[in-house]
Amino acid sequence: MHALSHLEQLESEAIFIFREAVEQFENPVILFSGGKDSITLVHLAHKAFFPAKIPFPLLHIDTGHNFPETLEFRDNLVKKYNVRLDVGYVQDSIDRGTAREEKGINPSRNTLQSITLLEKLEEGKYDAAFGGGRRDEEKARAKERFFSHRDEFGQWDPKNQRPELWNLFNGKKAQGESFRVFPISNWTEMDVWQYIKKENIDLPSIYFSHERSIVNRGGVLLAESPYNTLLAGEHYEKQIIRYRTLGCMTITGAIFSKADTLDKVIEEVAAARETERGNRADDKRSEAAMEDRKKQGYF
Amino acid sequence: MDLLRFTTAGSVDDGKSTLIGRLMYDTKSIFEDQLQAIEKSSEKRGDENLNLALLTDGLKAEREQGITIDVAYRYFATPKRKFIIADTPGHIQYTRNMVTGASTANLAIILIDARNGMIEQTCRHSFIASLLGIKHIVVCVNKMDLVDFSELAFEKIKASYIAFSETLGVPDIHFIPISALKGDNVVDASKHMSWYIGKTLLQTLESVQIISDFNTIDARFPVQRVIRPQSDAYPDFRGFAGRVEGGVFRPGDEVTVLPSGISTKIKQIFLEKTELREAFSPMSVCITLENNIDISRGDMLVKSDNQPKVDQEVELMLCWLNDKPMLSKGKYLLKHTSNEAKCVVKEVAYKVDINTLNKIEGDFEVNKNDIVKVTLKSAKPLFFDAYKKNRTTGCLILIDEFSNETVAAGMIL
Repeated sequence: MHALSHLEQLESEAIFIFREAVEQFENPVILFSGGKDSITLVHLAHKAFFPAKIPFPLLHIDTGHNFPETLEFRDNLVKKYNVRLDVGYVQDSIDRGTAREEKGINPSRNTLQSITLLEKLEEGKYDAAFGGGRRDEEKARAKERFFSHRDEFGQWDPKNQRPELWNLFNGKKAQGESFRVFPISNWTEMDVWQYIKKENIDLPSIYFSHERSIVNRGGVLLAESPYNTLLAGEHYEKQIIRYRTLGCMTITGAIFSKADTLDKVIEEVAAARETERGNRADDKRSEAAMEDRKKQGYF
Repeated sequence: MDLLRFTTAGSVDDGKSTLIGRLMYDTKSIFEDQLQAIEKSSEKRGDENLNLALLTDGLKAEREQGITIDVAYRYFATPKRKFIIADTPGHIQYTRNMVTGASTANLAIILIDARNGMIEQTCRHSFIASLLGIKHIVVCVNKMDLVDFSELAFEKIKASYIAFSETLGVPDIHFIPISALKGDNVVDASKHMSWYIGKTLLQTLESVQIISDFNTIDARFPVQRVIRPQSDAYPDFRGFAGRVEGGVFRPGDEVTVLPSGISTKIKQIFLEKTELREAFSPMSVCITLENNIDISRGDMLVKSDNQPKVDQEVELMLCWLNDKPMLSKGKYLLKHTSNEAKCVVKEVAYKVDINTLNKIEGDFEVNKNDIVKVTLKSAKPLFFDAYKKNRTTGCLILIDEFSNETVAAGMIL
């Protein structure tokens, strides 16, 4: 019987995309956020090119508001795979004046990431950036391509995207244009977790249940951190939580959870009543939030 | 658990988006916050019922206009299978989108409004499914609630489709009476159609056998990349990375390298540290060979006793995807497996009238959505199979070198 399981098929597809992109682009890079999707990407890239090294660096956009666990994990991963790490600091963009810190008491640097990202992509002359975006994550991603064209301003125009047929990918571009490449486009959140289990992939500890000092701000459970100022009437409380998605400490909401092992996390994900991104304050802002951010070059 | 990719086709009012929303809703693949979001949207738009179609209309413009204008991919799973839906528009002006969505699908759902029966679009969508090599069609006769769940209405439509389908060459066709809006026979069996004893749509999707759709006979391995670590650990290693696109390869197999024609044996097949005793479609692997042969991306490994056609001239069916019409005797760039070559369109034999399926001959423009039979001359030889035999080695795309756009999809005859 010559049959592959769904995970094997998805893995094969992702590996195909990595190899194809490396052949078609001159200077690709992996956008590494420290989240489970980008960690999975690095694992897939390793498999795709073995026994050669991963032939491109990792790019991390550091908002300055990271979970310290994310940074430690990142550094260990880079050592393990012996890849080059390129870091872009949002603070640098703010200091340069190209990005402006949001006004108000708890500014989020999330939207500023796009600016730093575009600056780093230009500085590094990267013509393709691998991202862990999946099409099931959010409405505006349902129509994303594997090879997603970005114009010279790093912008995504839905009208400019090329039809993708079979497994023939057109990465041709004019000077100054670039691509985002999404190898795990067809994976769902559950597929990623099942793959992590199957392949024994290491994850930052905060994906698993732990105790943390949390404030409940309008339904979003935010961590106590040097970047968060309590509003009137708020107070921190120790809670047993974990993170289902990783973004900045200032906007990523935790969920109450006792799932401290991979199996328990998977069980929880299977039963979950809210989408992975539903906890992200940044997506809630408007119905078309993601679409707008993509048009600006966010991802 | 395996994977099924399917496409959905139907015109704007046939309820296709509602059907997908229903599939996801009833399999509990819609999450609470997504449900809340569409409840809010439905309310804002003044929709009476929960508009499940809103789940699949992602872009702002579409939500405003109430139609889908691109290929949207939706995902759901049951314990039996993971599903990928390529949701495509039904308008004739979006034929190219349906072609795109159908290219990777194993199965097509064709929606027919029970009140109207087969219409031009039914034929068009069925033809596209067949042209793109889809081997399984599920005809859903929808809105049965509006024809009083009449068995007669369903049987009439089924009979007319069966008569039409003889020209299609699609080996596996199913018929199901449904109501996407009310949920009859989509996931749960209908309480209003006791005369129907077949499977529900979901049961059909879960049980359709697609394993025989993969080509296990014609061994094809297009080389995607040459892996040369040149490291201390692997100083002399040379492996060929790619995806098996047909047949089965095993260590020890004798293979021929195209285009050089040189033969050698497979030494090893592996993926990362796992050594494989066999590799078949669609596995991505790395292959090493006994002899040190000069091979590069675009070359193909095949079995010596079963080789593809090698030629610079190819006859194919082409679907024009671009807004700008095809240039007569125009030069384009073609992509076929991991090969790229300049090519010229030598001849347009005929255009297919996509509503009647008749051939139209004579000199004419090839515009977006047109389906034509052409002859291409490639600057270098291609190693191909008929699309009917092998979708991957039988397909290609054309690229406009000036705009960089993908302008056409081709299926080799």
